[in-house]
Amino acid sequence: MTPWFLLFGGLVVVGALGAMALRNPVHCGLSLVVTFVGLAGTYLDLGADFLGLAQILVYVGAVAILLVFVMLLTRTGRGESPEVRPGGWWWGGLVAALVAVGLVGALASVSGWKPRSEPMTFPTVRDLGVALMTDFVLPLQLVGVVLTAAMIGAAILALPERRGGRVGRTPKGEEPEQ
Amino acid sequence: MAANVDQIFVHLMQMMVDRVPDAVAPWVRAAVGVGAVLGLFGLLFGLTTVCERKGIARMQNRLGPNRVGPFGFLQFAADGIKSLTKEDVVPRSADRVVHYLAPLALLTPVVLTFLVLPFGRNMVLMHVDTGLLFFFAAGASTELAVFMAGWSSRNKYSLLGAMRAIAQMISYELPFILSTVGVVMIAGTLSTVGIVESQAARPGEWLARWNLFTPWGLAAFLLFLIAAFAEANRSPFDLPEGESEIVAGYFIEYSGFKFALFFMAEYLGMFASSGMAVTLFLGGWTAPVAALDWIPSWLWFFGKLLALIALFIWVRGTTPRLRMDQLMDFAWKFMLPLALLILPVVAVWHYLGGGWRGWLFCTPVLAAAYVLLGRALVGRRRIQRRVYRYAGEGVAS
Repeated sequence: MTPWFLLFGGLVVVGALGAMALRNPVHCGLSLVVTFVGLAGTYLDLGADFLGLAQILVYVGAVAILLVFVMLLTRTGRGESPEVRPGGWWWGGLVAALVAVGLVGALASVSGWKPRSEPMTFPTVRDLGVALMTDFVLPLQLVGVVLTAAMIGAAILALPERRGGRVGRTPKGEEPEQ
Repeated sequence: MAANVDQIFVHLMQMMVDRVPDAVAPWVRAAVGVGAVLGLFGLLFGLTTVCERKGIARMQNRLGPNRVGPFGFLQFAADGIKSLTKEDVVPRSADRVVHYLAPLALLTPVVLTFLVLPFGRNMVLMHVDTGLLFFFAAGASTELAVFMAGWSSRNKYSLLGAMRAIAQMISYELPFILSTVGVVMIAGTLSTVGIVESQAARPGEWLARWNLFTPWGLAAFLLFLIAAFAEANRSPFDLPEGESEIVAGYFIEYSGFKFALFFMAEYLGMFASSGMAVTLFLGGWTAPVAALDWIPSWLWFFGKLLALIALFIWVRGTTPRLRMDQLMDFAWKFMLPLALLILPVVAVWHYLGGGWRGWLFCTPVLAAAYVLLGRALVGRRRIQRRVYRYAGEGVAS
């Protein structure tokens, strides 16, 4: 238990609690960002530089932005969002409990709840790159294909629709309604 | 002698650390280093604002600030005192906590980026293997702060400004990062110090191996610089602040010192991007030719940095603002394909071993891509001199 672990672990817990408990959805999103930062700090504290920095670059730099923008654009009115309906909450609780049991079980089976005796050595960025380009080149390429497909799909969705009176297009000569 | 001058700051730091007990030595080292960087770049920020105002005033046939201090060069101190003594106005409907945190969340990551910049030989605050990634990770977290500022003000102009800024920053972040990948491929490391050292002249060579001196390096440098203009929200990409349309963008509802913090974050971000451009493409603290190695390394770094800042000011004074759709088109249709093309070109350059064969292959490919892409995007539109109905009619100018 280093002080750094306490600090970053505290950030993770406080952020996650805030994301659940705060009333304003944008506040919840920003609170989740605190969790992301805490996680990144934990990775850095453990010596996984690349993972920690990639966490910040991807989650704080991109995912969080996406999150708050979606909330902003789908809000129905001013002020706070309507109360979440009770009734389905135990489903969520069940899923959360199952995930927690699965994670703890996996951790226990790996470490056996004993601190490691020998010091850990962490792969450098170079090791990661070599591993990605040799042993794991097929998964890497597959991920690339999936991402490319997603990007093409997004571009097609964003294309203006041409002619043929499709949905969302006003007939020729009429002004689009404001 | 020359070596001593070169390492003078390193020796000073060592002397200071030697005088304190070992237990606190790392803390003293960190505090002194961070303090020096903050003070130096804070002062540079002040002086840059004055030089920028005076420089642009020259370009616009005005005088600029000329009242405070010799030739008006103490204007920044007057501005700082003014912003400290102004009332800090928070709109009644604003989200107080987020409104308060936004300038801090913007300035902190920007200051963090200075940790990995090598200012001279053995002069880097944080020597890590993943320096370049650290720089981009810290830079990417500023977008959220811009959102916080724009959203929490509860003002349509500020929200519009924030949306513009975020769209722009995310779009230009792609060419910003991709244009540096070529450098990483050649240097074989993400460490900023390693990248600088890979650009130094080898023993016996008269010319340094700056990445700028290669065809792909030149192209990547230009892309990086343009993207840096956009990331810093500076002219010609200063739409998020568009005074004439949305008054000041995302920080319209900030006053007093919080406003100054936004201003400071913008300039420090510009310095950090310039410093990274120097590190990646202009050889960091290395001399361009081996014969000039006797000039201290930190002078080289700051000389190059100041030259780039002057370029930023020059561009701001001479280019008109883009339109939003032009801005997006330029990032996605022109800069991104070129940045992607640079990657295979760098790979070919590496396997050809540089030299004249590399030049013979890389230059035509990049030039052809630039010309063809530009032609295709312009399309059938004819570019010609705009004729103004009143101003230019019948007047031979």
